[in-house]
Amino acid sequence: MKAFATLLDRLVLTPSRNGKLTLLADYFRDTPDPDRGYGLAALAGGLDLKSVKPAMLRDLVLERMDPVLFQYSYDYVGDLAETISLVWDGGAKDVIDDDHQPRLSEVVTKMNSLGRTEVRSAVRDLLDKLDTSSRFAFLKLVTGALRIGVSARLAKQALSDMSGKDVTEIETLWHGLTPPYEPLFAWLEGRAEKPVLATPAIFHSVMLANPVETGDLEKLDPADYAAEWKWDGIRVQMSSYGGTKKLYSRSGDDITGAFPDVVGSINFEGVIDGELLVGGTARSNNPTRTFSDLQQRLNRKTVTGKMLDEYPAFVRAYDLLFESDRDIRAESFLERRKRLADIIHDAPHDRFDLSELVPFTTWDELDRIRIAPPDPVIEGVMIKRKDSPYQAGRLKGPWFKWKRDPYNIDAVMLYAQRGHGKRSSYYSDFTFGVWAETPDGEELVPVGKAYFGFTDAELEVLDKFVRDNTVDRFGPVRAVRAEPDFGFVLEVAFEGINRSTRHKSGVAMRFPRIARLRQDKLPRDADRLATLTAMVEAREG
Amino acid sequence: MKPEALLHPTPAGLFCPIGRFHVDPVRPVERALITHGHSDHARAGHAKVLATRQTLDIMRLRYGEDFCGEEQATAFGEEIDVDGVRVSFHPAGHVLGSAQIAIEKDGLRIVVSGDYKRGIDPTCAPFQPVACDVFITEATFGLPVFHHPDPKDEIDKLLTSLKQFPERSHLVGAYALGKAQRVIRLIRDCGYHEPIYIHGALAKLCDYYVGQGIDLGEIRPATIEKSSPDAFKGAVVVGPPSAFQDRWARRFNEPLIAFASGWMMVRQRAKQGGVELPLVISDHCDWPELLSTIEEIGPSEVWVTHGREEALVRWCELKNIPARPLHLVGYEDEGD
Repeated sequence: MKAFATLLDRLVLTPSRNGKLTLLADYFRDTPDPDRGYGLAALAGGLDLKSVKPAMLRDLVLERMDPVLFQYSYDYVGDLAETISLVWDGGAKDVIDDDHQPRLSEVVTKMNSLGRTEVRSAVRDLLDKLDTSSRFAFLKLVTGALRIGVSARLAKQALSDMSGKDVTEIETLWHGLTPPYEPLFAWLEGRAEKPVLATPAIFHSVMLANPVETGDLEKLDPADYAAEWKWDGIRVQMSSYGGTKKLYSRSGDDITGAFPDVVGSINFEGVIDGELLVGGTARSNNPTRTFSDLQQRLNRKTVTGKMLDEYPAFVRAYDLLFESDRDIRAESFLERRKRLADIIHDAPHDRFDLSELVPFTTWDELDRIRIAPPDPVIEGVMIKRKDSPYQAGRLKGPWFKWKRDPYNIDAVMLYAQRGHGKRSSYYSDFTFGVWAETPDGEELVPVGKAYFGFTDAELEVLDKFVRDNTVDRFGPVRAVRAEPDFGFVLEVAFEGINRSTRHKSGVAMRFPRIARLRQDKLPRDADRLATLTAMVEAREG
Repeated sequence: MKPEALLHPTPAGLFCPIGRFHVDPVRPVERALITHGHSDHARAGHAKVLATRQTLDIMRLRYGEDFCGEEQATAFGEEIDVDGVRVSFHPAGHVLGSAQIAIEKDGLRIVVSGDYKRGIDPTCAPFQPVACDVFITEATFGLPVFHHPDPKDEIDKLLTSLKQFPERSHLVGAYALGKAQRVIRLIRDCGYHEPIYIHGALAKLCDYYVGQGIDLGEIRPATIEKSSPDAFKGAVVVGPPSAFQDRWARRFNEPLIAFASGWMMVRQRAKQGGVELPLVISDHCDWPELLSTIEEIGPSEVWVTHGREEALVRWCELKNIPARPLHLVGYEDEGD
């Protein structure tokens, strides 16, 4: 437990990706089985652990502590797990030494073996045995709130770093394995053969595309690539084998239960990659409907008959990973597509169709097609190398996404916050706003936050402006001067915009970044909230 | 005599009307008794100052030759008569020269602890408990959440990180008086003997500590003029925490910010400050040390000053020890 707790303590405070990778790889290298496997599962979100209610933890601590002193402590720290880890029984100055602390694997096994009535005393016992930082890690694990900024993807990259194995190979295996992943570590350390999948009817990590950036395409021969539309739905994976039929989101969440209309229509065996959409398939001659219609069906555990009628779902198929139980991911995109076409041909016409290829001969031609797509639910085009195998992860080269031009607005810098790591002496996180009509007249309202997109030289300019024009400070945040005739205008680019009830402005941008510094403009020239609202409305059609 | 007649809080700080002196006054007064050299306790501009030799030296270093009208040095344990009040200074274990002040008249003794700690610190004399009727304790870390770990374990974290990230400059934030020198001494005691670079603000005080016989190993100024940024790769640089948010920090290679402070016990404090490597090293008592000190001295009354007064007062109430908060203002935690 000690090693895992130390890792968490460092990860929480390490903002840089490379720093996190170093810490993770060192942990996986230095920690024995099966502890590191459970640690990996906890970080990658796959650890199954009996949970404990915060109310029970509070009861346990009050068995031994004055409630007033506990309340003072909790008010000061602000986080229940951390408060308890710090105040528990007067501290851990002379408890069990590091070498005899309970191991992470023991804690997991113990917790999962408990009956309902045994939990309370077992938790008390563990809290007594663990030191302060292990107590914190334990409490975070059992309350299910391990928010430390590590994605499953990052954990796998660390496995790749420690072993020299390709991360896509690890991705390919991942969903067929379970904690504590001993066969995986044995293979990573060259002590065993690569683990073999028992059945294809599991989630397989998906292949992702990189955005087209300036100069990317010039070097490439258009004849080597195929293009297809990029639809604005959600990416899914259907897997069906031996009577098991599943629908997974792109991150591997099982969403089978919410889409009985799609899953019930599966009449094939294999694993298909596609876009989940609402409306009619191309073969049914009904239009594909917008993302906000699809949203009606998302994030639900079950679905009513009325929803099924009003928002019928279907899958537009992009790719085939397994044909029945045969892994064909190593074959070329065109070869896989040919087999996919056969399967879709025989599948129910109202629930499945094949994503059509978009013919083109030059990049300029494709550019024109991309800017004016024939359907409002199209976001742009996908460009796939004809001979590319299906490789999990986001590799640069085989697949690109080329969206319609991003949105742009001129906004005014309102607040700035210092960055992390090598940016820790720079104000590099900017909250920006636009003009809106309020009861007090025209005011700047915050609409988003951006912390990249600028060059190092531009950051110097931004940082200097913040330091020279601070009007207020709130902890690490500075408010800067923003008046109609004085302030800093930023051109902000973003990928999409939606309505939001969480933001005061009522809109939320996707992927905002600072495209240009507009020192040529005054804040009074910046955009108005109405412009953004209109973008949302245009998007919703 | 009631204790309040011997010593009571005023806007300028604790005042003894019989001896006509203040203890650690926050504004200029006629006669000041100073516990230690941190700037919130030792201010410039008093007419007369009574303190330990080291505290007076430190005040001179920080404020210049004319830091006060007239100075008087005292040794630990020496008894001095100030207008009929018996005064003596005793080690507080906080920083070099730091003292508790015992104030006695007609059989009533009040001890002003100033800032103090009980943990081992090779850079200053250890705290000595002094029997008294009223013990005035600080409460900087007066909450049950504070348990300062063994400082060597904390330094080991720094040394481990130097191995894990050998290309990054490790910037260790530590306040200029006491903490910085203690951290450097601890790093040496843990077996690190490379040169340690310091911010200019630490130079005078480090020199003074060395002059007082505290070996800090090889110390170099962290000035860019003399060396390329590469010189700081994988180096330990000690400076005041405020400097790390400043342009000064840009001279370093991918700086990794550490901060040696008792406040680092709480993760959110570390996170808000942009600290990547919190080192829980404090020159104050943690909660168990505060409690055990009160139990050991066994005063008939406890007065609590600067810090989280309410929790310590609550604990005293639960233990049936009469206690009250003094609500003194003007003391920030420069030392931690």
